[in-house]
Amino acid sequence: MHNLTIKQLSDGLRQKKFSSVELTQSALARVEKFNPRLNAFITVTAERALEHARRADARLARGEGGPLTGVPIAHKDIFCAAEVRTTCGSRMLDRFVSPYDATVVAKLQAAGVVSVGKTNMDEFAMGSSNETSYYGPVRNPWDETRVPGGSSGGSAAAVAGRVVPAATGTDTGGSIRQPAALSGIVGLKPTYGRVSRYGMIAFASSLDQAGVLTQTAEDAALLLGAMAGLDPRDSTSVDEPVPDYAAELNKPLQGLKIGLLKEFFDGLEPGNAQAVQAALEVFRKLGASTQELSLPSLPLSVSTYYVVAPAECSSNLSRFDGVRFGHRCEEPRDLLDLYKRSRGEGFGAEVKRRIMTGTYVLSAGYYDAYYLKAQKVRQLIADDFRRAFESVDVLIGPTTPTPAFELGAKVDDPITMYLNDIYTIGANMAGLPALSTPCGFVDGLPVGLQIVGPVFSEARLLNVAHAYQQETEWHTKIPHGYE
Amino acid sequence: MSERSWETVIGLEIHAQLATRAKIFSGSPTAYGAEANTQADLVDLGYPGVLPVLNGEVVRMAVKFGLAVGAKIAPRSVFARKNYFYPDLPKGYQISQYELPVVAGGTLDIVLEDGAHKTIGITRAHLEEDAGKSLHEALPGLTGIDLNRAGTPLLEIVSEPEMRSAREAVAYMKKIHTLVRYLGICDGNMQEGSFRCDANVSVRPKGQEKFGTRAEIKNLNSFRFVEKAINYEVERQIELIESGGTVVQETRLFDVDKGETRAMRSKEEANDYRYFPDPDLLPLVIDEDYVARVRGELPELPDEKAARFSSQYGLSAYDAGVLTASRELADYYEAVVKTLDGAEPKLAANWVMGDVGGALNKEGLDITACRLGAAQLAGLLGRIIDNTISGKIAKEVFESMWSEGQDADAIIEARGLRQITDTGAIEKVIDEVMAANPKQLADYRAGKDKLFGFFVGQVMKVTQGKANPAQVNELLKRKLAPSP
Repeated sequence: MHNLTIKQLSDGLRQKKFSSVELTQSALARVEKFNPRLNAFITVTAERALEHARRADARLARGEGGPLTGVPIAHKDIFCAAEVRTTCGSRMLDRFVSPYDATVVAKLQAAGVVSVGKTNMDEFAMGSSNETSYYGPVRNPWDETRVPGGSSGGSAAAVAGRVVPAATGTDTGGSIRQPAALSGIVGLKPTYGRVSRYGMIAFASSLDQAGVLTQTAEDAALLLGAMAGLDPRDSTSVDEPVPDYAAELNKPLQGLKIGLLKEFFDGLEPGNAQAVQAALEVFRKLGASTQELSLPSLPLSVSTYYVVAPAECSSNLSRFDGVRFGHRCEEPRDLLDLYKRSRGEGFGAEVKRRIMTGTYVLSAGYYDAYYLKAQKVRQLIADDFRRAFESVDVLIGPTTPTPAFELGAKVDDPITMYLNDIYTIGANMAGLPALSTPCGFVDGLPVGLQIVGPVFSEARLLNVAHAYQQETEWHTKIPHGYE
Repeated sequence: MSERSWETVIGLEIHAQLATRAKIFSGSPTAYGAEANTQADLVDLGYPGVLPVLNGEVVRMAVKFGLAVGAKIAPRSVFARKNYFYPDLPKGYQISQYELPVVAGGTLDIVLEDGAHKTIGITRAHLEEDAGKSLHEALPGLTGIDLNRAGTPLLEIVSEPEMRSAREAVAYMKKIHTLVRYLGICDGNMQEGSFRCDANVSVRPKGQEKFGTRAEIKNLNSFRFVEKAINYEVERQIELIESGGTVVQETRLFDVDKGETRAMRSKEEANDYRYFPDPDLLPLVIDEDYVARVRGELPELPDEKAARFSSQYGLSAYDAGVLTASRELADYYEAVVKTLDGAEPKLAANWVMGDVGGALNKEGLDITACRLGAAQLAGLLGRIIDNTISGKIAKEVFESMWSEGQDADAIIEARGLRQITDTGAIEKVIDEVMAANPKQLADYRAGKDKLFGFFVGQVMKVTQGKANPAQVNELLKRKLAPSP
């Protein structure tokens, strides 16, 4: 039953084919079996999960609950969960037990979802390979010598290895879509403001957005419906009605106008390009038309991102000072020593690099040249996208330039690592929803297809991906040894 | 000393704590004096993942202030982060308004000692959160952190550098103090730090246009300290320059015990605060309808009220100013006048400012804690107006009312203080006094006019002050006159 989608699990629970406790036990057993290989989980909350599963079974027995009641999932360890260790992949929070639930955690729990644990991630979501985690790298189930992508690498590997049917993630520059693509699963980053950021440990506040990693577009629709909506505790969440995403999955694609961004095909490896072209054929067969477009400002998005995101992170991470929570150095001599050593010991190299970059770009004398200019470029990128959506419904292209790379291959070369997000960052800069779905393999490694839409077009993106998944079987492939 | 050849330039940054129940970005209460760290929630503590949500009440209060000083209310203002590390600053940044404040460009009229008016420009007023407190004394060898105050809403009111003496600065600060209390946006409690200021002070040779280098004196929380600190600082700067030194731009603290300012940190080690717009908060957008609604909620402001007191009650500008210094005092005064149906508003003013004010001062109370209700005071004044008692007796009655809390009539009756107005009775006393003092009588009649006072005093003594003074005067004049 570990191969089933959320939709199938939901139906099976209702038909009493299995109980939530059985599903949860199965997931926990798979964690035990595969985690030593994958390192996808930082914390497993077995007892708590079984307790929640028992409650879900009781509700189901009374004929109560919704489509997600009793379904096991895992949360990226960036989401605070009450009385559960929440590390954000950092030594800084190694022993931090959150006193409260993130809105995403609370909403999914209210919908009856059972969380089995917290997944590994790049430290403070800063990374594209899951190698910056204090808890060690996550391995890609398709090839355990390779990275699963990042920063939601633990969630991606756990879903790809069918340890859990789905997991939550966050996406600041591609951190859901890139690992989904590299791990052969579906990853959805909603519109900025669609899902509350409350309780999600901040990396870059104006870019961070919570989303899901699933096997199918249908599952993503079910989970997003339960997570989305205005949250009075997040001023940047948007008061926009949450549609029934599942209800719109089956709309025909006849007449769909697909834009192909010239910039999305620059620097793309031939194998990935072939897989994307084949996918476009499928859409044309379904009645969609394609047209080429150019977003002249898009090539600036990576460099712009590496000004804006570090700037915000340098400020967001100031609260980790060893005073109230998190890592504190032994026997500080004085206040400055407390700050320096607590932060020096608590943060890893990539986090420090970004804090320093961010501090620099916000400094007096540099602010205008970097931060202010980056904000202006960001506006240009958003304007470019808006113009594109005047002539097309969605933009389709690759999620990443290459398939999963080997562990350690880019770890010493941050710039190359950063360029892995070249196709995904644009959507974050413009606050747009975007989704990655499997569209083929290169040398046994999955390739992701990215679909980007205008703001609040999640239903359309899920519809497009679902239609594609009805015509193809890439998303049903399971890595060898994990069947 | 050549202070005459120097001009002082002062600008004030006043921090007024807004009188909201909840904090600016969290739901925690703002009440003063609670046990350490009992009024700070996860947002105030800066926990991982928490987010600020703006309390709409602080916006309403800032807009009220802006309208009261004739400023422009920004249709769009922005919260920024001011980044620096300090243990009582939980997030490592303070949320404040930097480039785009909610209020910009107002003015305030102040009255100087010689009665002249001066208009002080208000550059801006912006919203921000307060930090917590570091406690250095409570724990020997350690520093404690109390975050109860963290996230308390502040309105920082920045003046133009237009004040030219410590007294002008104090007059301006007092006026702002009055205004924020009128508006009900700040309790003005300076001991608790609800109203405090930083003073930017510099000197320049008279006639020079360019400002001198300024020093900023931090955290002055009484009018007296403001005056002392500025005067000390001005003298220090002049002495320094005249002895060949130069003033450095720096932050200074006022040592209350020594009465002097001393350097806190110099510009060389000044922080680079790396301000940038807070991505957790949307720009604050205020539309014209909102401003109009708030305008409708504005009370009568101090200057308007003082002008009305002058014209309606015939009070001097000075008296009107004193009586309108606080809304509560003005309300008290008007309640007294109203109870007396508008009779003798000047008498009422004298009593409210004089006797009531004096009694309050003696006990360190303000008008809200007055032992005498306005109706009680009016009851007493009514007895003066209808000649039941004299002004002098009234002061006695007032003292009893103050200490015993009884009404004027009860005291007058119980002690038999009712004024003697019966001509026959007064004449009888005068006859006795004349009979008992034949020498004085003879001297008076021989031309020693000054002795008239002696006879008045004797009559008052016998009647225990109850005889109507006007009648005593009149009857005495007649009786003392040499027999025809």
